[in-house]
Amino acid sequence: MYVAVKGGERAIDNAHAWLAEERRGDPAVAELTTAQIREQLRLAVNRVMAEGSLYDLDLAALAIKQARGDLIEAVFLIRAYRTTLPRHGVSLPVETAQMAVTRRISATFKDAPGGQVLGPTFDYTHRLLDFTLEANGEAPVALRAPAMAAAVPHITSFLNRDGMIEEAPHDDTPPPDLTREPMELPASRATRLQAIARGDEGFILSMAYSTQRGYGRTHAFVGELRIGMVDVEMEVPELGFAICIGEIELTECETVNQFKGSRTEPPQFTRGYGLTFGQNERKSIAMSLVDRALRWKELGEDYTGAPAQDEEFVLMHADNVQATGFLEHIKLPHYVDFQSELELVRKLRAEVAASAMQEAAE
Amino acid sequence: MTDQAYNFAYLDEQTKRMIRRAILKGVAVPGYQVPFASREMPMPYGWGTGGVQVTAACLTPEDVLKVIDQGADDTTNAVSIRKFFQRTAGVATTEATGEATLIQTRHRIPEAPLTEDQILVYQVPIPEPLRFLEPRETETRKMHSLEEYGLMHVKLYEDIARHGHIATAYAYPVKVEGRYVMDPSPIPRFDNPKLSDCPALQLFGAGREQRIYALPPYTQAVSLDFEDHPFEASKAPHDCDLCGASDSYLDEVITDDQGGRMFVCSDTDHCRCRREAGHVGRLGTPITEGVS
Repeated sequence: MYVAVKGGERAIDNAHAWLAEERRGDPAVAELTTAQIREQLRLAVNRVMAEGSLYDLDLAALAIKQARGDLIEAVFLIRAYRTTLPRHGVSLPVETAQMAVTRRISATFKDAPGGQVLGPTFDYTHRLLDFTLEANGEAPVALRAPAMAAAVPHITSFLNRDGMIEEAPHDDTPPPDLTREPMELPASRATRLQAIARGDEGFILSMAYSTQRGYGRTHAFVGELRIGMVDVEMEVPELGFAICIGEIELTECETVNQFKGSRTEPPQFTRGYGLTFGQNERKSIAMSLVDRALRWKELGEDYTGAPAQDEEFVLMHADNVQATGFLEHIKLPHYVDFQSELELVRKLRAEVAASAMQEAAE
Repeated sequence: MTDQAYNFAYLDEQTKRMIRRAILKGVAVPGYQVPFASREMPMPYGWGTGGVQVTAACLTPEDVLKVIDQGADDTTNAVSIRKFFQRTAGVATTEATGEATLIQTRHRIPEAPLTEDQILVYQVPIPEPLRFLEPRETETRKMHSLEEYGLMHVKLYEDIARHGHIATAYAYPVKVEGRYVMDPSPIPRFDNPKLSDCPALQLFGAGREQRIYALPPYTQAVSLDFEDHPFEASKAPHDCDLCGASDSYLDEVITDDQGGRMFVCSDTDHCRCRREAGHVGRLGTPITEGVS
């Protein structure tokens, strides 16, 4: 006789053991070290840090290893770890104008003070598989130039001098912390940017792409994209002044958007902003497009019903840890709900059949 | 047993305090969804993180914990959550409904009546009963504050007009103390009558959606209906094939590829107790002491 399955506990333990074995793969192949992941899969590490909201190269590398390369799973591991950490305080805003840039490009000006610096980019590489990598070639060495002497000013600051671009409104309100407070809608721009910065790269990319294809067109130019190291400073109450507690790599994107003016604003260029941990160009550009699309209300633009303009739609569905959890929870048992649906459908079908019989009889 | 690297019941005390404040507010305004700063838990969203956070905030070292999923203690996710609290809180666990002081559940209310000394914690996927009628949170919060529930009644009316019945089999909405319309989580509507006037404290946690709500003991929770179409709790028209119970909610189990099937209690503890007391169903065998 069939008896409802027992043994969930043993099954779970065995499944986890099997997973661990699969993670390691063939033991005849050398094990991957987290240092190798950190150094050679840096863009994966960057993505995990950005969406995990935790700047730690080594932990991100560990998470990628543990997650068998599943980056959303790695983001989840980082988030679950991060939430157990105490929050000691808040840093000063990072000064991206003081960034030691390794890459800095503008699509709006051929040249500008500070120059165009291509940096380590896939742009203009031909996407041909390089089979020499399979043969484990030697470490390539690139030519070096002396470091730039001075800080590189933001491109948009030049436009700003002529009043051609909207002022970035100065706001000293402490930004909310989405990891400590529930999201409230409608959300401030700071909340939106925070949510998008943590949001799934693929989702933000698609949202941004949709604005380019006409769903809420915002005519974006990359005013500037810069990547480099910035100091993180914090005011320590005992000292009475700010000290540098470390440096982090950031990618910052400012888009310049055509704007014909509205009832409340004169014709001028408007801004979209993106900022991510590490080198993460696609995400920061996409972020700045989505940011701009979401600003329609404050700029007095029309709501055209485009998905990227819809704050609640974008913010409530951008988080991949939430999305993947809820999506995959339908793997869990639903016997009870399904049983109640079965009963309902049987009842409805019986009634339809009965009335059909009656009609036939009449 | 307890993992010393983490605080008792995993969450730090500040977070627990924040959750307890939300719970107290929920108890003070029965049926109202209180926003709270849900944390990332070491299990995925949608897998009970809301219930786990509520349980973590309520647990004391003296508690006896029972965890069920689909009414059963042995379903994989129930096992996983029970193990989590054994590891991080070191509390005693039980499968016996009567022995538990705190029961975390997904999709069922135990068959055995609960007592004033118990807390029932529900895992909630979508806390908003109006969500599938109005997708916007900004709108549904307004509808709740204005007590504007006409849309829900129209939906139920349309069900009757089209099917002759209210076609909601689980997560059947209730009105709490004549004020808030509340989603009881995806329990079958068979369980709805147990929500009302229950001696135990009932807490609902939705982690991903960042909401907590509550039914304090002896709160009225009335399933929505019409005078000429009164609410009806329903179940499969069978008795349990193992213990013969005629009044418990049943799972349908496919037994072969010839259309054979059996019906068994979804509440495994209830079924076991009845079998130990000598009840035998159509396909059951008498059970001897110590064997389950």
